[in-house]
Amino acid sequence: MRTNRAHMKTLRSQRQSGARLILGIFGKDNALDNTAEKMNTTVLHKTPLHALHVARGGKMVPFAGYDMPVQYADMGVLKEHLHTRAAAGLFDVSHMGQALLVGKDGDPAVALEKIVPGDITSLKPGQMRYTVLLNDDGGIIDDLMVTRWDETTLYLVVNAACKEKDFDYIEQSIGLETTLGPMPERALIALQGPKAAEALSALLPDAAQLTFMTSYKTAYNGRTLFVSRSGYTGEDGFEISVPEDTAAAFTEKLLENDAVRLIGLGARDSLRLEAGLCLYGHDLDEETTPVEASLKWVVAKRRRAEKNFAGADVIMQQLAEGTERLRVGIRPDGKAPMREGTELVDANGKKIGVITSGGFGPSCDAPVAMGYVDAAHAKTGTEIHALLRGQMRPCTVAATPFIQQNYKKD
Amino acid sequence: MSQVLFSEDHEYIKIEDDIGTVGITDFAQKALGDVVYVELPKIGDTVEKGGQAGVVESVKSASEIYSPVSGEIVEINEALTSDPAQVNSDPEGAAWFYKIKIANDTELSSLKDAAAYKAFTDSL
Repeated sequence: MRTNRAHMKTLRSQRQSGARLILGIFGKDNALDNTAEKMNTTVLHKTPLHALHVARGGKMVPFAGYDMPVQYADMGVLKEHLHTRAAAGLFDVSHMGQALLVGKDGDPAVALEKIVPGDITSLKPGQMRYTVLLNDDGGIIDDLMVTRWDETTLYLVVNAACKEKDFDYIEQSIGLETTLGPMPERALIALQGPKAAEALSALLPDAAQLTFMTSYKTAYNGRTLFVSRSGYTGEDGFEISVPEDTAAAFTEKLLENDAVRLIGLGARDSLRLEAGLCLYGHDLDEETTPVEASLKWVVAKRRRAEKNFAGADVIMQQLAEGTERLRVGIRPDGKAPMREGTELVDANGKKIGVITSGGFGPSCDAPVAMGYVDAAHAKTGTEIHALLRGQMRPCTVAATPFIQQNYKKD
Repeated sequence: MSQVLFSEDHEYIKIEDDIGTVGITDFAQKALGDVVYVELPKIGDTVEKGGQAGVVESVKSASEIYSPVSGEIVEINEALTSDPAQVNSDPEGAAWFYKIKIANDTELSSLKDAAAYKAFTDSL
């Protein structure tokens, strides 16, 4: 038995396993790969919850330069996924990049809007927005969350693997007007699922008042937390920024609630895939624009009129004329999972696209995927095929999310 | 006489006369995690030793099954297709993948016995 893991670009690029035999991305081979890591000069970062993960049976793997739990011994990916949708899952996402963007002379949103297509200036204190950092060709440098704290301060959360690149780009692009302050001393914890609000309210009574994509600051044991109602699972939930010296105690306190279980990166990926949410480096990259990525909605109406953000020429033209390829949801007809890198073809076997994220959706009890196809095949309901192990297998272009989202809208 | 041998690719083969029953080891199922999909060879197919004879997938990864010996597929375990989780619950029992008519006994000498396989997995 040998494992095909071409679909795990991020992990693969960080490994130098000399083992001929490779078993499961999240399998015991990680012990092997960790050994390889240790023999290299690569030193993996640890989050403030690292010891807690190890003590609670986390199977640790290298991810974006961090030693992270991919699953826990007592449940595994499948049960962790289903538990999150049924109760509450707690995720350590401290590897992500947190930073404050402060205006040197007023609102930093004015400067940030030069490199993102979203409406940031109109955000009210406490409101947060999903947006994308763009290069001059309209390609996506990263996707990120922006929260307004006050007239002169924005709080940013960016992808772990993109932190340095993003922070450099922000400094270079708008460093004259803003000061960027990364906050590596803070942990970030996501609590997701239908029982998240009840569990968090026991510690932070005001958290339940938040609605989707809003945030507030509060105190816990004399330390300041940033709490938002947001997440990456399609469920109601929260993301909580905690100073590193308080992160483990805060997490242990949440875990005293029987509804709350630790969830690893494996289930985080299958949950976001079912929710139709993009994973940077897989579904989005610097050669892909928001229009191609079917994220037109991140280009705000006012910004379309102003046309004054990086890559606006390309993006406005694509909005007017369409693009050659589009990101779509894909439902394989059978039971076989179709993973990243799987080629998509038309009825004649001609290549029309590729899967960029795919696997088994535990809540769908079926394989689910997303990928890019030629625009002629992008309409929901279009019958296409995937070339899997040399065979053409039918699939259908499908709307995302694949599950019902359960956000707390009001 | 019945005998169980193992490949370094983590397949086992239980041999009775000239028929081998092939599956993946307990070590392999633990490493894979929750199995969600199994693809079996077809009855009548002939496979080479080391040739692909099926697929086993967990939530996160896809692995190919390589036949530990050459021969003709004479029986497949269709129950696995509808209940792939059996691979986790009883990998070396109910969750066998296929039975093969062994073409060449001499190929068996390259496989490991239980003690050698355990020493091999312990070294990983």
